[in-house]
Amino acid sequence: MPGKLKAKIVAGRHLPVMDRASDLTDAFVEVKFGNTTFKTDVYPKSLNPQWNSEWFKFEVDDEDLQDEPLQITVLDHDTYSANDAIGKVYIDIDPLLSCEAATVISGWLPIYDTIHGIRGEINVVVKVDLFNDLNRFRQSSCGVKFFCTTSIPRCYRAALVHGFVEELVVNEDPEYQWIDRIRTPRASNEARQRLISLMSGELQRKIGLKVLEMGGNAVVGYLQCFDLEGESGLVVRAIGTACTLDKLIPGTESKETLPSSSSPPPFSPSKPCSRQSSSSDTDLSLTPKMGKTPPPSSPFLTLYFFSDPVYFQEFPFFTLTCFPPGFLVHIGGVVSARSVKLLDRIHNPDEPETRDAWWEEIRQEIKSHAKALGCHAVVGYSESTTICEEVCILSASGTAAMLNPRFMREGCLDAGGSEHSCGFCHIPYDEFNMPFPAQLTYCYHCRRQKVPDVLFTTIDLPAEAAVTGKGCLIQARLCRTKKKAQGEVNATAISNLLPFMEYELHTQLMNKLKLRCMNALFGLRIQISVGENMLLGLASATGVYLSALPAPGGIQITGKTPSDLSYDQHISTMQKRINDTIAMNKELYNIHPLECIEEVVGSPIPDRQRSRLFRSTSESSDELSELDLSHGKKDAFVLEIDDTDAVEDIQSLLTDAPMPAGFYSCNTEVMPGIYNWTSGLQMFTSVRVYRLSNANLTNQGLNKIFTDLCENLLKSLYFKLRSMIPCCLCHLNFTVAVPEEELIQVRRHTPKHTSPILYIFPKNILVRSGENEEQLQFSMELFSSSERCSPLPEVRSRSLRSTRSLPCGAPVTVVKMTPLSFLPRTRIVKYLGIINMFFIRETTSLREEGGVSGFLHSFIAEVFAMVRAHVAALGGNAVVSYSMKECVFMENPNKNQAQCLINVSGDAVIFVRESDQEAIPPLIMSGQPSTTGADGTT
Amino acid sequence: MSMELDVFVGNTTIMDMEVYQLWLDGLTVSDAVKVRMDEGALLECEANAEVLTSDTMDQFRTFQMCERLLHSPTKLGSQLLYQIPAQNQRILIERYYEFDSVFAREVLGKKLSKGTKKDLDDISCKTGITLKSCRRQFDNFKRVFKVVEELKGPLVENIQRHFLLSDTLARDYAAIVFFANSRFETGKRKLQYLSFQDFAFCAGQLISYWTVGAVDSMMEDMDVDLEKEFLHELKDLKVLVNDKDMMDQHKILVCAALRGKIKVYKLMEVNFKNLSRALINLASKLTHTKDVRDLFIDLVEKFIEPCRYDRWTVAEITLFLTHYTNAAHCLGTFRYQMIWDRYMGVIKSCILQMYHE
Repeated sequence: MPGKLKAKIVAGRHLPVMDRASDLTDAFVEVKFGNTTFKTDVYPKSLNPQWNSEWFKFEVDDEDLQDEPLQITVLDHDTYSANDAIGKVYIDIDPLLSCEAATVISGWLPIYDTIHGIRGEINVVVKVDLFNDLNRFRQSSCGVKFFCTTSIPRCYRAALVHGFVEELVVNEDPEYQWIDRIRTPRASNEARQRLISLMSGELQRKIGLKVLEMGGNAVVGYLQCFDLEGESGLVVRAIGTACTLDKLIPGTESKETLPSSSSPPPFSPSKPCSRQSSSSDTDLSLTPKMGKTPPPSSPFLTLYFFSDPVYFQEFPFFTLTCFPPGFLVHIGGVVSARSVKLLDRIHNPDEPETRDAWWEEIRQEIKSHAKALGCHAVVGYSESTTICEEVCILSASGTAAMLNPRFMREGCLDAGGSEHSCGFCHIPYDEFNMPFPAQLTYCYHCRRQKVPDVLFTTIDLPAEAAVTGKGCLIQARLCRTKKKAQGEVNATAISNLLPFMEYELHTQLMNKLKLRCMNALFGLRIQISVGENMLLGLASATGVYLSALPAPGGIQITGKTPSDLSYDQHISTMQKRINDTIAMNKELYNIHPLECIEEVVGSPIPDRQRSRLFRSTSESSDELSELDLSHGKKDAFVLEIDDTDAVEDIQSLLTDAPMPAGFYSCNTEVMPGIYNWTSGLQMFTSVRVYRLSNANLTNQGLNKIFTDLCENLLKSLYFKLRSMIPCCLCHLNFTVAVPEEELIQVRRHTPKHTSPILYIFPKNILVRSGENEEQLQFSMELFSSSERCSPLPEVRSRSLRSTRSLPCGAPVTVVKMTPLSFLPRTRIVKYLGIINMFFIRETTSLREEGGVSGFLHSFIAEVFAMVRAHVAALGGNAVVSYSMKECVFMENPNKNQAQCLINVSGDAVIFVRESDQEAIPPLIMSGQPSTTGADGTT
Repeated sequence: MSMELDVFVGNTTIMDMEVYQLWLDGLTVSDAVKVRMDEGALLECEANAEVLTSDTMDQFRTFQMCERLLHSPTKLGSQLLYQIPAQNQRILIERYYEFDSVFAREVLGKKLSKGTKKDLDDISCKTGITLKSCRRQFDNFKRVFKVVEELKGPLVENIQRHFLLSDTLARDYAAIVFFANSRFETGKRKLQYLSFQDFAFCAGQLISYWTVGAVDSMMEDMDVDLEKEFLHELKDLKVLVNDKDMMDQHKILVCAALRGKIKVYKLMEVNFKNLSRALINLASKLTHTKDVRDLFIDLVEKFIEPCRYDRWTVAEITLFLTHYTNAAHCLGTFRYQMIWDRYMGVIKSCILQMYHE
């Protein structure tokens, strides 16, 4: 019994009218934890009840404290009939279990109902008294800190990085239980919310246990996902990186980015004995194919492995995307694996082994891919799924890399990182034994080591990277039709299509990259979603020109039948347009490398080769590589004009509208090439759903539509944000889905739709302002003004004579939300705990609520409001690394119904604004720029 | 292919105040898009019609969702749903409660009831203000009226506290509430030349000097009603016309002061008794609610029109009223100085405000 949870219900406000006759409400509150329930008195006839309850005390196991949320239900007392529920508040106790996080949850929290949304607010105080339990066999992992942030949190120092942790729990989805046939949708949805809250708690506890086993005290880069598998169940899974973090004493925080630990953070290398190479990702079979690539013989690897066998780990994966300088030795390239699975119908919640095995398989594959690239670790690792009926695609991707064991062992290696360094660009694989044909040159920075001519990664741009010009968002979009099918046939069809899609996405990315005269991609994210009769692929990344890499060649167009004169003419105009675009982009992104001139005017033949090897660099699957080659034999550098695909490609290349002046966009945390950020930031979520009018479209038609949709969406964003110019859209995160007919309906009624729906939502876009040097003054002014608005409600009149105070009491704390791990020009002083919330909202009066748009708009606003309120209750004033993981929308307009599920997560923090003196000349703090400032400018 | 759903939600609610105005004006989305196009919105950021429509719809939806909160502005500051910077909150509220004085003029003095609400169609046709906007403005009047009607204390301050409006706007609302409560006649043809601002000024005067709150700031009663006791005491002023001596002496004093100073002296001398009688009779009748309602029409018919007929200038009226008021103090037998000043002060400034074409 090592914990005592105490809760106090103070007051309510803005409650809805529950009694029509009196226009008032007789409210009382039920506080429930586990199986214990307490009630407050009824506060009669008020919309602003003051309960001022006693402390309700729950004596519970810390295991329960981790799993269970505190449930607060506000009800309307009714003498003659059953009490009506007004709404609920779920409070995650977890932040209170770590001594370094929050100590109390206290504040106004929105009362939420799945049908009515937010219905007033309730003021509660929650505390936990935790007794130490030194039982070795304990099932709880209280005190392990969780961070969504994919870098070492700002006010901590990594003493040790233990490595990959993963866990998954499965359960039956209450929505699909037999009892659901007799209970109301509301009860069902509440059951779902409760269950998912419980499952996430359990998952976090189990991961925490693993971390404790490894000797760590924190999980960084914690990524939790739900798979709504429909009838086969509900999977909640999570991955993260276990670390031992030391809290930095305020004042020494400037050193925080350097993991200057005396104890070696042992990085776990992969098994050097495994000789298995990349296998087919898209195969249904479980047997991995034996590859041909010889294993790399890295000196680091062997050395490291033998010196630290204790920390040997099965999967040397890191969910981090941002590292202390010098941490990354080399980057190999993107590794990814996909696998198509059929969801089994019979499901046993107690045996998550099937799902575990699936992921295990994928991870093995990733590991072997990394090895093929001569790397012992995978960084920027993430996993995702896409489900369409009973077919499920599991995907994993990351960046193969060599990490610096010496650095880790000897601690502070006089941080060569603050200087520009090119080390990470150098190839990790053996030059004479390359896993794929690649064209290598000597590094343009140091002239000593070999570098590839293009680099694709899933991580953020390392701080030490030298960049020429500015970066920009690069997207590849692809649509492929597929025949409707069931079960295994469907799965096979999908897995046959996947390699082609990946190949084409890569080709597109490559072309767009070249068109912008850039040579590296960071933050690459490829999403493939399945619909009933189409597959969608969307790849986003931030392109940059790495100074260490050679200048990219131009794009050459060749025709297959150069007989026709007019045809030649056509080709040459095309070529000219492309050349013009390249020249224009160079100006636009300010790319003027020193020695690029001779490279650009490349002949078509080396170009062709080069384009081929880029692809290989970035793709890991053998199958893909083979495909690639076969395609190459047929000729076809992508821009061959005979090919319909090529025409399409050229179209898409040239139709990408340039950004309006004053805008920049990227999908990474920081925009390469822009350094002077202001603290003005604004986070958005935008969702769009399109209905395709004709289901019998061709691939090309679909592609065109898809591209237009994405472009239009971006245009809309630019227009909306025009008042913030100059500004940069950071962390632009697109998600697409093709909800199949089954999904579109609400609650299992027979669907009436005949056409597929395209469903795009770029989520968590962060807009930051900040601009080139000459405009700095201006932009600072602009945003400082909007920043300083006091959150106080404007109460103008002195309430000299007022005897009754108005219900507006304390001012609402302004809570910032950002998908970034930091807030520019501020300093994070405390992490208060992880925010992980799941909501369902349903309606049976869709039209009355303003249609689908009105419904979703208010729901998203409500979710934001609840996140903000919970952060404020923890004492925080911002959420960093915020992301909307899941947003599933279903509607049935014929029945006037809609339903939506949203899952959000992030880290609640307290930040303080750097005072102006501190921010501009960072003289204080031992002569080093304060970290936030320094990182903000990388 | 059609857009089924299109939402854009920011952590800080972003609002384009130009679009807000279009929304307040009661425009439909397509009309608003047209207006924005005409204003050159397409030139910015390479926008196209689709982008503009999407943005307009989105903004309109945001405003619509905020409207509920704007009905009780104090809630806007404490609500959690939308994170709106204080500066923007203020603008949102102020603009929402702003009204067209043409519209206010039409509704002024009318009972803020369902019946009047039905006449909004006519008002909309007459003024060219969209029906939607008329409804909003009417509902605002009604809402403010309902909240402050029963409240004690200064009217303007009450309105400011409950609706967080600027001083000027709160004063205008005070006028509207005051007129609606006392139901002053403003619709007569002869009063048509008066603008909302004229009446608002008069209302301000009445509130400041003739209500209970005006004398006793520790208020028992509220600002909305005229002080009964005062109206009753006004009857005493009748001596000024009933007592022949006093009236003659009053006239002599005024004439002595004005001789050679005004062009219309002759006419004034002839008309003095009529004018004085008109003002004094008006005062003595104010105990009847009916006559209070007719205050303005009486002022126009009995005083302003005769003067206008004789082509008095504003300056002449000012002089006349000043001396007319002051002369009463010199009447040895006149004992009601306090009441007299309180009455004439307001009447004078009202007449001056109302004396124009």
